[in-house]
Amino acid sequence: MDAALFYTFAAITLAGALATVTRRNPVHCALGLIFSLLGVAGLFLLQAAELLFAVQILLYVGGVMVLFLFVIMLIHLEQAARLRQYSRQWPVALAALFAVFLEIYVLAQSGLPGLPPSPQPRLNAGGNTERIADSLFYVYALPFEAASLLLLIAIVGAVWLARKKEQPQ
Amino acid sequence: MTFETLLPYLMAAIFAMAFPLVTGYLVLVERKILADFQARLGPMRVGPHGLLQPIADALKLILKEDTVPKDADKFLFYLAPLLSVVTAFGSFAVIPISATLRIADLNIGLLLISALAAVGVFGIILGGWSSNSNYSLLGALRGAAQLISYEVALGLSLVTVVMLSGTLSMQGIVEAQFNQRIWFLFGNYGLMLLSFFIFLIAAVAEVNRAPFDLPEAESEIVAGYHTEYSGFRWALYMLAEYTNIFIICAVAATVFFGGWLRPFANIEWLAYPMDAIFPAALLFLSAWGCARMKLFPFTALLGISGLVFLIPAVATALSAPFWFFLKVSAVFYVLIWFRASWPRLRYDQLMDLGWKRLIPLALGALLANAIIGML
Amino acid sequence: MQFNNLFSILPAAVLALFGCVLLLLRFDSSRPYLIFLAFAELLAAIGLWRQTDFLGFTGFRGAILIDPFGIAFNAICLVAGLICAVGAYRYMEREDEDHPEFYGLILLAQSGMYLMNSGTELITVFIGLEITAVSFYSLTGFLRSNPRSSEAALKYLLLGAFSSGLLLYGFSILYGLSGSTHYLNIASMLATRNSRDPLILMAILPIVLGLLFKIAAAPLHMWAPDAYEGAPTPVTAYLATASKAAGFALLLRLILGPLHDLRPAWEGLITFAAIASLTVGNLAAITQSSTKRLLAYSSIGHVGYILLGLVAGNKTGIEAMLLYLLVYTLMTTGAFLLLSALDREGVTDFRGLLYRHPGVALLMILLLLSLAGLPPTAGFVAKYMIFLSLVQARQYWVAVIAALYVAVSLYYYFRIIREMLHNPDDSPATLTISTGWRAAVGLTAILSLGLGLNPEPVLAWARSALR
Repeated sequence: MDAALFYTFAAITLAGALATVTRRNPVHCALGLIFSLLGVAGLFLLQAAELLFAVQILLYVGGVMVLFLFVIMLIHLEQAARLRQYSRQWPVALAALFAVFLEIYVLAQSGLPGLPPSPQPRLNAGGNTERIADSLFYVYALPFEAASLLLLIAIVGAVWLARKKEQPQ
Repeated sequence: MTFETLLPYLMAAIFAMAFPLVTGYLVLVERKILADFQARLGPMRVGPHGLLQPIADALKLILKEDTVPKDADKFLFYLAPLLSVVTAFGSFAVIPISATLRIADLNIGLLLISALAAVGVFGIILGGWSSNSNYSLLGALRGAAQLISYEVALGLSLVTVVMLSGTLSMQGIVEAQFNQRIWFLFGNYGLMLLSFFIFLIAAVAEVNRAPFDLPEAESEIVAGYHTEYSGFRWALYMLAEYTNIFIICAVAATVFFGGWLRPFANIEWLAYPMDAIFPAALLFLSAWGCARMKLFPFTALLGISGLVFLIPAVATALSAPFWFFLKVSAVFYVLIWFRASWPRLRYDQLMDLGWKRLIPLALGALLANAIIGML
Repeated sequence: MQFNNLFSILPAAVLALFGCVLLLLRFDSSRPYLIFLAFAELLAAIGLWRQTDFLGFTGFRGAILIDPFGIAFNAICLVAGLICAVGAYRYMEREDEDHPEFYGLILLAQSGMYLMNSGTELITVFIGLEITAVSFYSLTGFLRSNPRSSEAALKYLLLGAFSSGLLLYGFSILYGLSGSTHYLNIASMLATRNSRDPLILMAILPIVLGLLFKIAAAPLHMWAPDAYEGAPTPVTAYLATASKAAGFALLLRLILGPLHDLRPAWEGLITFAAIASLTVGNLAAITQSSTKRLLAYSSIGHVGYILLGLVAGNKTGIEAMLLYLLVYTLMTTGAFLLLSALDREGVTDFRGLLYRHPGVALLMILLLLSLAGLPPTAGFVAKYMIFLSLVQARQYWVAVIAALYVAVSLYYYFRIIREMLHNPDDSPATLTISTGWRAAVGLTAILSLGLGLNPEPVLAWARSALR
């Protein structure tokens, strides 16, 4: 059952990602990305990480992708749809693809010796919400707080660059 | 297979099958109450006091021609209303009607509802976009902007609840209110009232109700995102909309009003008066009202159910759903009240209210509640 | 515990706080912003100085380590930030963009660098790196009415995001291998591994490549000339020095910490990057007609020299890197700031500067001599130390190649000097100079000379930083 679900979600993720890259219509691309993200959310759920599942949907699908679509709808689609879809970088793409396959091959050959034991997912009623809270607010408190600074800087920078220069009165 | 294991499936089936009808009657109730606010009678023609109006509406919608605009993106045009309905119905999974009457008790219940609501936005956006109509697109853009803006305030006000209860599970939140002997509405020495008002305003905006019904403002952009929809697909949108309203009312009832708990749930001697006498009295009152409107079959039905409620065993079994639905109805009434009382906001006012007032206020409420909670 | 935690990030907290407050201020002139910034830097410096009494303390469960190494790098970044901000004041006024956001972002970038310099935990350093990078994306595009500035920001953003992804990918594999994000745990978990292990290579390759991007070393230098050229010149000075220093701190902490025993896995890559940077930087600089671009390529060349210290890998080499970074920071900020006073940036715009503004020209000549590494300047001492370490490590061939490129670099630095000695032009470039600029550039030039005449204090400083 778990394996079947895993392959289903993995297939959704990959199909969505493929659609994102291959579709010509930007809205369809965004939709593909949404399905891909939902597939990833499903994979989180299979790992008994319910909080990540919900947050993935809430933030990525419900937040980021809505803004994506918002912007896509505001810009001129006709022009974008007629542009050449792929840049002529296929040798680079092939090389990258080869590197990834080599990586997978090596990993499969080596059988991943000497890896640290993976943490067991907690399947009890409390779930992993508390554990994530523990990580965020205790173990990784500094990076977590620093990330808020990062977001603030990103907002300030984006607003600054987007705002028109004030005309001198 | 025991009854316990079957119950969730049974409830899911009941929700799925009954809710279209319930939605019809929610619309009727809304029209009646609105009419009352405006000193009218509302629908009166189909059936006694218009009671068969929803059935007539449903038949009309099903039989209507299903038109698709010429240059519409057909796939998305078909997909969008489905997306709206599926996500709206998904939320039923975590709404507890009583301690046992529930489909699932997830430890991320509250978050799941927010997540599903967030995905539901795509029904509006994609529907509006795929219609290939300017009015629809405008409605969709308004919807997207509005939902994104108010989701933040909604989430922040719900965080205060989570801080009080210490859990995201809907079931757990109700139990926490029982254990702490207080509805979270009055929690933290009354500071939670602030959170509740933020929640209420944001919730009205989340479900696109007046005065925040800009995505479907009929006097400006025809019908907004569903301008081009007709017949059954339009009905799906309506179904999703009213389901969302019900869900948001149920969330309000659960997290702020103690869910299925009767008032003063910790005071033992109030058990019988609250579980039996109050419901019975309410039902008798309704029966009397029906009698005045010459709806005698309903008088009989309500009167008998009132009598049945006086049996202690029945009262203990049914009081939880009774109180739950009463609270949901009360919040629903308030939403209709809003609609009857306030004019629609202008778009910039909407954004100002969301970003410049509500979100800072919600952050302040969060901070204040956190400090009070720590003391 | 609580006190320790806050104390361990005190300089960063001060910088971030003042940076945020700066964003909210509005004055008619930009002088108050500058005073505010200087005050913040001063407080941060005091915090840093106080930390010297608490060496070896950690904060946030080992995410931050107070040690001489981190303090030394933070000092370099602080000096660079202060010099650039002070020197930028008149430039930003001239470009009509003297807004508090500029000074705020400089401070915020610095708080990110603190995390990079002192962090000993993967997520912390990555967030620090992103704070720095995002601040620099905005600073690079700060001249909104100048399309080149926006173009530079966009290029930097796209490539920077790509390299951050690369780095994060490596970090994730490293985490997968060790089950921890703390350097100490990673070191102990990796101790059993062989440097030929494909998994190790898979982790090290993206990490080192990502960091090479951040320090603008070849072959990942492509963004640097464009970003440096488009950015406001004081920002270029800051970007080319402080951000690079923090990148080096991160690289050194990783490579000399958890990855130290896996030297064969990264040695080849670093050597290649060092030689490639020397080649690309020095050869490409020859043909540049824009001084800013020329200095950008020369800074890529300097990264090559600094990396050579790591190639040598001995104690002298690491000391030499630190020394070189300090000296490089001084002379590069000085050179870029000096350039920022001119209203045109071509090499030929220096024509006749010696006759019109002899003081400024002398400063520039001093800085260029130091950049070229001629005695008696500090640049010479730094290069000498690098060569010394290479000889000690018996890397003779590398030393010979590096020495050849010193000769190449003489050519393009002297091109600028030759222009200055030429007769004045009809339409010379005009200079805008403030007192702060005088102080900043003067200080860098005097230190470039003074540290060359008496290198003992900096040598001692570099030695103490590596205790």
